[in-house]
Amino acid sequence: MFELEFMRLAFVAGAVVGVLAPAVGFFLVQRQLSLVGDGIGHVAFAGVALGILLDVSPVLTALAAAAVGGVAIEWLRSRRATAGDQALALVFYTGIAAGVVFVALAGSLDVGLFQYLFGSILTVTRADVALVVSLGVVGLAVVALLYRALCAVTIDEEGARVSGIPVAALNVTLVVLTALTVALAMRIVGILLIAALMVLPVTAAARVAWSLASALGLSIGVGLGSVVAGLTAAYYLDLPPGGTIVLVAAACVLVTAAVGGLRAAA
Amino acid sequence: MRVAPVVELRSVSFAYPRGGDVLRDVDLVVLPGEFVAIAGPNGGGKTTLVRIVLGLLAPTSGSAWLFGEPAASVSQRRRLGYLPQRAQLRVEAPVTVREVVAAGRLPATRLLGRLRPEDRAKIDEAIERVGLAEQADAELRRLSGGQQQRALIAKALAGEPSLLALDEPTTGVDVESQEALAELLAHLNEELGVTILYVSHEFGAVERHVERIVLVRGGIVFDGPPGELPGVWHDPSHTHV
Ligand SMILES: Nc1ncnc2c1ncn2[C@@H]1O[C@H](COP(=O)(O)OP(=O)(O)OP(=O)(O)O)[C@@H](O)[C@H]1O
Ligand SMILES: [Mg+2]
Repeated sequence: MFELEFMRLAFVAGAVVGVLAPAVGFFLVQRQLSLVGDGIGHVAFAGVALGILLDVSPVLTALAAAAVGGVAIEWLRSRRATAGDQALALVFYTGIAAGVVFVALAGSLDVGLFQYLFGSILTVTRADVALVVSLGVVGLAVVALLYRALCAVTIDEEGARVSGIPVAALNVTLVVLTALTVALAMRIVGILLIAALMVLPVTAAARVAWSLASALGLSIGVGLGSVVAGLTAAYYLDLPPGGTIVLVAAACVLVTAAVGGLRAAA
Repeated sequence: MRVAPVVELRSVSFAYPRGGDVLRDVDLVVLPGEFVAIAGPNGGGKTTLVRIVLGLLAPTSGSAWLFGEPAASVSQRRRLGYLPQRAQLRVEAPVTVREVVAAGRLPATRLLGRLRPEDRAKIDEAIERVGLAEQADAELRRLSGGQQQRALIAKALAGEPSLLALDEPTTGVDVESQEALAELLAHLNEELGVTILYVSHEFGAVERHVERIVLVRGGIVFDGPPGELPGVWHDPSHTHV
């Protein structure tokens, strides 16, 4: 399958996404913010629709919309103006509703949209890959630089705040990273399933890891493995890659749960 | 010359939303290098008092100062070490003792990039001081309750704070480890000049080292050396006066 250029492109972009999504999702999951990835995904949908309507790159409009939505969620959450899940619901539904309206206005409730919802390996272009690789590397570099600080906030948010760690700035950085991940992963995994690639590898890793660092490393391994196996299956079976990738990741959760269970019983 | 206080509360009163006054008209000045025990019955307001001191709660009236600045917006937060009462971590993944203590080191080191060797040494030192060297790479959740509490004490120490506030740090900690903690706090206080606020309703091992006891019961009802504690207060946790 690697003799085909579109498959090579899909694998390069997929590899970046397979590493970035669990690396960012790791910190969301540890802090019981798994649904934030989903909420931001829904807002990205509005961004994609707006891009189609205005005829500009949907990846960029999705990135902008997702970043705004993410900061809105974080702002509502931190001010406790609304309970966390209600803040999320507000952003979720506003995103979907705006997306539907934009799509209808653009008159394109059709195949193109389906690709964004569930991913596609056929439509990844060289320009897409360049964007995914460059922004993806930036995202990973930010995670690496902030690793200790993100861990400290993860381990004890109040303690970090007491001793002057810039918790609010780190939280905003995390939602912006999430928005970036959503926008980059969109073409491969699809908007509806991105959050799964941020959450499931982390869930799988947590069952067998022995430290935070090992849990992060294993999450990335599972994410990357799921993308590679899922893309391969999508190619041979002619299926949307979002579905196959997430099914592989879900299988990993079951396997590590079984391994963890056996180990606990032993 | 007047030494600038570390902690200064001026006529502080405090009520939680929709509640009556928990603290009324509290004046408290703590100077650098003091080792202060905060005692009193359950619900007396000890935790509330400490959280006001640290700028985590704003007084309903009166003013709270920390290192000479308003407590809520103090710029030198990295100088604070705080162990909340019944602290519990809410992380999904396994965390090792060393990772927990490293989180406490962050305020004293740079925010970005890798840990420096001297920071690693400080982290190891804090772990050793609470007697967990052998469990340094063990998962926190697999340790006993008392061992977990000692790991959290190490976390509070790792940032080398100049004001250390410990809220009931010895809950679930055995007598031997309480002795060790008392020695450790005395060492930090005497050798390094760390100011300590130690909240508890029973003082076993630290009693020898504290020079001042503050009794909190809806306000400060006694403030002085342990020896001058009126007989009626001798069981500091008693509830009837
Ligand atoms: N978050 C809160 N909201 C409302 N009331 C509270 C809150 N926290 C404490 N209180 C009330 O304030 C009073 C003082 O509580 P505080 O926790 O400061 O007491 P304490 O001296 O630390 O007690 P303990 O020895 O049990 O730790 C209590 O009557 C308590 O019911
Ligand atoms: Mg208390």
